[in-house]
Amino acid sequence: MPIELTEYDPGTFFDEMMAGKNRARPLSKELIGLFRRMNDGDLAERQAAADLAIKEMGITFTVYNENEGMIDRNWPFDIVPRIIAKQEWDGIEAGLEQRVRALNLFIDDLYHEQNIIKDGVFPSEVLAESKNFRQQCVGVNPPQGVWAHICGSDLVRDTDGTLYVLEDNLRVPSGVSYMLENRLVTKRVFPELFESYAPLPVGDYTTQLYEMLASLSPRKIKRPSVAVLTPGIYNSAYFEHAYLAMEIGAELVEGRDLCVEKDDCVYMRTVSGPRRVDVIYRRVDDEFIDPEVFRDDSILGVPGLLRAWKAGNVGLANAPGAGVADDKVVYAFVPEIIRYYLGEEPGIPNVPTYRCMYAEERDFVLGHIEQLVIKPANESGGYGMLIGPRSTKAERKQFAQLIRRNPRNYIAQPTLGISTVPTVVGQGLEPRHVDLRPFILSGRKISVTTGGLTRVALRKGSLVVNSSQGGGSKDTWIVESS
Amino acid sequence: MLSRVAENIYWLSRYVERAENTARLVRVNSNLVLDTPRGITPGWQPLVDITGLLNEFRSVEREPNERNVVRFLIGDANNPGSILSSLAAARENCRTVREVLPRSSWEKLNELYLYAKEHVQTGLTKGGRDGFLNQIIAGSQQFTGLLASVMYRDAAWQFARLGRNLERADMTTRIIDVRSTDLFPDDLLESRSLDTLQWISVLRSLSGYQSYRRHVAIRVSRPDVLGFLFHDSVFPRSVLHCINAVDEGLGELENTGVAMSSVHGLQRKLRQTKVAELSQSSLHEFIDELQLGIMKLHSRLVKAYFLPPMPLDKTA
Repeated sequence: MPIELTEYDPGTFFDEMMAGKNRARPLSKELIGLFRRMNDGDLAERQAAADLAIKEMGITFTVYNENEGMIDRNWPFDIVPRIIAKQEWDGIEAGLEQRVRALNLFIDDLYHEQNIIKDGVFPSEVLAESKNFRQQCVGVNPPQGVWAHICGSDLVRDTDGTLYVLEDNLRVPSGVSYMLENRLVTKRVFPELFESYAPLPVGDYTTQLYEMLASLSPRKIKRPSVAVLTPGIYNSAYFEHAYLAMEIGAELVEGRDLCVEKDDCVYMRTVSGPRRVDVIYRRVDDEFIDPEVFRDDSILGVPGLLRAWKAGNVGLANAPGAGVADDKVVYAFVPEIIRYYLGEEPGIPNVPTYRCMYAEERDFVLGHIEQLVIKPANESGGYGMLIGPRSTKAERKQFAQLIRRNPRNYIAQPTLGISTVPTVVGQGLEPRHVDLRPFILSGRKISVTTGGLTRVALRKGSLVVNSSQGGGSKDTWIVESS
Repeated sequence: MLSRVAENIYWLSRYVERAENTARLVRVNSNLVLDTPRGITPGWQPLVDITGLLNEFRSVEREPNERNVVRFLIGDANNPGSILSSLAAARENCRTVREVLPRSSWEKLNELYLYAKEHVQTGLTKGGRDGFLNQIIAGSQQFTGLLASVMYRDAAWQFARLGRNLERADMTTRIIDVRSTDLFPDDLLESRSLDTLQWISVLRSLSGYQSYRRHVAIRVSRPDVLGFLFHDSVFPRSVLHCINAVDEGLGELENTGVAMSSVHGLQRKLRQTKVAELSQSSLHEFIDELQLGIMKLHSRLVKAYFLPPMPLDKTA
């Protein structure tokens, strides 16, 4: 029996593949056609082949489990790609470039003149309470004025088809390696579709990453020495750190591999003695990178690293302090930030956001907590949030208290009916919710990944796409409409 | 090359070699047992002695019988030298350095580890043992062969080579040490055919039977086998060959001074001793000295190339 989508029903949600019952969107027709030509079990078989490939390729992520401690899980992947028309993508790409350009101007401003505060566009009390503003970075001039060299912005599509930016990750965003690996796996699984669809390739990301990093080198030499600084093998994204280091030909280092000498330059300990490091792509959070300046109990960092960076002797990506703009309260101001620095309207809208710091907005939130998603300002990975419509009375009470106690720390957004994509469940397909995380590189120029990482909530009805909480991912195809 | 990475590669290589050697040991002993006359049990405890883990064994098992020894050597997660533990340790080391190794080598090792983990219960059955061990040996050799055929000959390669050859030299001396004494009760050793069987099993443990027959002698005898396993410069599992390989690998690195003098010391000792003529007790002494020399060389490598231990708490 062929696999039909007659029973497929995304309900009120926008489905990325089906425009209605049994009605494929134009770009999905071919894919649906392939499903129709399949027999019972074919789909499950291809999914099993993909799972096996992932297992053999060792594509993993690390999760913490109370019973078993740190465990390495195979990367959950769904074989059905998510397809986006090139025409729509061009607009998204431009919107992301605009957004990151503005965010970098904003960060640079915060660490220098703070004109945006002086001009009354951004409230000083938000900055005053920011957990990620680093006093130690005030007055520093990183190369090209760029602070957030690598940004991962999460996009979601609402019921009416509008795409929103849900958040910007400017600290140590992860996921790009899975985007690259997903493509390799999909090529194995659906080779026949690549001929007709010709999805735009994603593989040039690592070259661009290397070039961006190399451009931060203080020494103008042909092959600057680049290192990826990882917290180590127990970090959930360790796979990615190793992967990226390998792809860009960088050394994968831990804090203990590096030292800052009396000349304020960074060196790595090698079998032939100390060797100078020009650029560090650090995947260690600000608080841990330099125990001399930040948390002095950190064993993940390098004593003196900030000193070396301030002296201009090493490039750091992302720059320390860039996380000031990675804050859900700051997020609420991004449209104003874009208008202020660029004099343009935002290309991609923000999700309407209520800022609990303002009494009027807070009252609204407290009155409508059942309909809203409440998020703390500085958490990532979907932790510490409340999804109103699915919460219990006790949870709502607890969050109302949290908000009253520390209003600056919370924002609220309407629950979006985030879009779905057909996903393999057993022998057939069912709708599952997805988001999209494109990665934006900023150096001398800005470049955006072709598509990004589509994350999918594999549990039925779930909206949580984080891999630490039952999420998986899909390949993302940017396709020219014929 | 980072010091930490060099150390991981060195250990990775040692652990893979250890897993393979342990699989060989068990396999050969299993075959030997089938060859011995009824009523004589050549025993399984010597295998534990070879690995130098008798205390660990005693803490988990009572009887050194076939079942317990095989379980201890193949699948005991508490035995740091078991095949499963060795492969797990190799994999952990590989995981932290996979950006400097050929990608396929990580995939191969991961696959081998998963195989061992998933099939260990089969490996513990009498009928499944041989197939399991063959897979472990084949997988380890594929891994080693993969490195040999695609790896860039930089420092990483040299450290892999150092680890492999030191482990191999060490294991060869252990096998000879134990196998030349404890295999059969002394009164039975007078039986010519059992003596021959014993030395054939030593050669087989090291995959050297065929080479020995072709290049040394048709008759298998103690002096010839000892000469072959210690002094032969072209048999890849002989002690001399392994030490020479360490010499070559080290020669490609910088800062070799102290470690190299250890290597030369080992080579000199091997050259100056005619092992074929040694009595059992002098042979044992000689092997002890070699093993001490190998340990010293190891600690000199650690000192010269690997990361100094983490500084103690700075407030201390």
